[in-house]
Amino acid sequence: MLRKINVLAAVLVLSALNGFSQELLDGIQIHGNIDIYGQTYNKDSIIGAPVVPEKAGLNAFTNLIATKGAFTAGVRFESYMPPIQGFDNRYGNQKVGIPYRFVNFVKEGLDITVGNFYEQFGTGMILRAYEAPSLGYDNVFDGLRVKYSPFRGVYLKALAGNQRYYWNKSDGIVRAFDGEVQLNELIKKFNESKLRVALGGSFVSKFQSAGISSITLPENVASWASRVQMNYKGFGFTGEYAYKINDPSSDNNFIYRPGQGLFLSGTYSTKGFGINVSAKTIDNMAFRSDRQATINDLFINYLPALTRQHTYNLSSTLYPYATQPNGEIGLQADIIYKVKKGTKIGGQYGTTIQVNLSAIQGHDTTRLSNPNELLTQEYLTNDPTRQGYKTSLFSVGDEIFYRDYNIEITRKINKSIKLKGSYIHQNYNIDLVQGTATGSNVIADIAVMEGTFKLAKKHSIRAEAQHLWTAQDQGNWAFALLEYGYSPHWIVSLLNQYNYGNSNKALRVNYPTAQVTYIKNANRISIGYGRQRAGIFCVGGVCRNVPAANGLTVAITSSF
Amino acid sequence: MKSVLSVFILSTIISTSVIAQESGRKIPAVDVKKLDQTTFNTGDISNDGKPIIINFWATWCSPCKRELNTIAEVYEEWQEETGVKIVAISIDDARNVPKVEPYVNGQAWEYEVYIDPNSDFKRAMNVNNVPHTFLVDGNGNIVWQHNSYQPGDEDELYELVQKLAAGESID
Repeated sequence: MLRKINVLAAVLVLSALNGFSQELLDGIQIHGNIDIYGQTYNKDSIIGAPVVPEKAGLNAFTNLIATKGAFTAGVRFESYMPPIQGFDNRYGNQKVGIPYRFVNFVKEGLDITVGNFYEQFGTGMILRAYEAPSLGYDNVFDGLRVKYSPFRGVYLKALAGNQRYYWNKSDGIVRAFDGEVQLNELIKKFNESKLRVALGGSFVSKFQSAGISSITLPENVASWASRVQMNYKGFGFTGEYAYKINDPSSDNNFIYRPGQGLFLSGTYSTKGFGINVSAKTIDNMAFRSDRQATINDLFINYLPALTRQHTYNLSSTLYPYATQPNGEIGLQADIIYKVKKGTKIGGQYGTTIQVNLSAIQGHDTTRLSNPNELLTQEYLTNDPTRQGYKTSLFSVGDEIFYRDYNIEITRKINKSIKLKGSYIHQNYNIDLVQGTATGSNVIADIAVMEGTFKLAKKHSIRAEAQHLWTAQDQGNWAFALLEYGYSPHWIVSLLNQYNYGNSNKALRVNYPTAQVTYIKNANRISIGYGRQRAGIFCVGGVCRNVPAANGLTVAITSSF
Repeated sequence: MKSVLSVFILSTIISTSVIAQESGRKIPAVDVKKLDQTTFNTGDISNDGKPIIINFWATWCSPCKRELNTIAEVYEEWQEETGVKIVAISIDDARNVPKVEPYVNGQAWEYEVYIDPNSDFKRAMNVNNVPHTFLVDGNGNIVWQHNSYQPGDEDELYELVQKLAAGESID
């Protein structure tokens, strides 16, 4: 009898709990993703690997998102025990924490987010909050954002917030508004028109108290941008102009010159052919929510490099260009052409040719005074309003910041062999981008051959051979990679880099690495061992110096 | 013993009912851009009750391009046999957004392509890195996902698409 009552009680309690949780949980969906990266650090002084007292680093990110009807809520846990090399040490100030959490509500065109959010206006020239977890970049806002679409074709956004600064927040507050009108959606007569036109405008203001300072600092700094987007059949055009009022900061040596930026881009494409030509000029456009911030900290805006984002090891991590927000002017052309199958050049399976050309230079500027001597008599006489220098947005100076001419040809030889060849010529102002004092640009030529061979169903081999020639910096490099894939679960790769052309014979070292990866659906586990060359790793507009390392790496990612 | 057993059975029933609810995850509704830069909401992705493949890629991602170029050669066949639709989401940001349409047309892709320039959709779908592929059944439920690409993966993907198109479960 007693046992029966026990069972009955248990059933009742559980069904009550079940009912309660059903009501609470009904329709709630929880999903997320995990990204864990760990590395051990052996002593290896010849490659310049820094000594890590902890002997290992561990970064982990876990996102959880819950949705129910119009509501979404999310958190991200971050762990640094300690941060892996190349990440800012300030991430290690807290071992584990929740730097990102939000609640979002969407109903009838009204979208409200409280807490953390990412945002971009136009091309990001005056506002973009984003994350690049592999680089430790995160300038997320913490505050409030409202998005509203009052009519079809009209999109409004308003926000206010602080920005993330490692485990703290920015001192400055950002207030911003953006409006976009898609004329074809708004005006019925143009709904079906082949000419598509969108106009947009944004306004961003930051406030930071002046504190105690020997010079008068503006506490409110406003900026605005306007943009247009047009499309007609295969043609497309994007243009954005941005202006920022005086914003003395450590980026510009505390001058009072306003900032300006202009981005223009035209595309044409048809089946088998595409071309994009872009031009960009910026002057004094570093925009941060703290006037003292440096390196990659607290940017409000986003100024990506107008160059090709390379993917091969030697072309992407030795001499990558980074935008110079204080001033640059550049041009880029990108062309892709797919030669038809069955022609002499196209071959039986077709050939694709991609050409990319970019050139970035400084403006032609005249210094009004020595930027390092702010309050001297010379400064006050020559530059009483502290403008710093004179220039025009469209002037082109003599100094080459970056040149990159490259061609890539992909050809499928038969059903199981695909070859890709690339040639890249780079002219890189290493002193400007990396802050060295070598006195000359690095001229590098890189050749790459890549082959993919399908051996049998599920079995494949991929091989890469790369070579870099340069008389400057570390001299010539050779690179080889061999990868065996057993679809869909296994990848084994071996690679080696050899700096055989280093003018210092003692530094002519090999960097061998072996890696095994296991993939099952959205789980990926990768274990590697070897030497890692020092390099600059970039995603979009942000680059991070990663020092050399020797040891074991473990990477785990999962989505659910 | 009997009571332990019945409690066990009961809790199993409860837990399976909760899991069953979770497996019905729909595509989150997030604003992305069409190739002409106009706004598109991902809640409107549909394919008349037939399966959908959502593939996250970028112009700077070699394995992504290998995957989508390989599938492009057989896409017509896949569509004829199963009615499947491929939605390719480019996570290129402002640096490379202008290069997306020339690349897509240059490679003569017939996919439905959208651009997610600030990774809003990528975040909502919990994608760590690209390429990342999702399979959506005829009822709009996400039923399978896969990270990374190597030659041959497209065969596994297509076997699953065929099962879905035939109304079979892919578990």
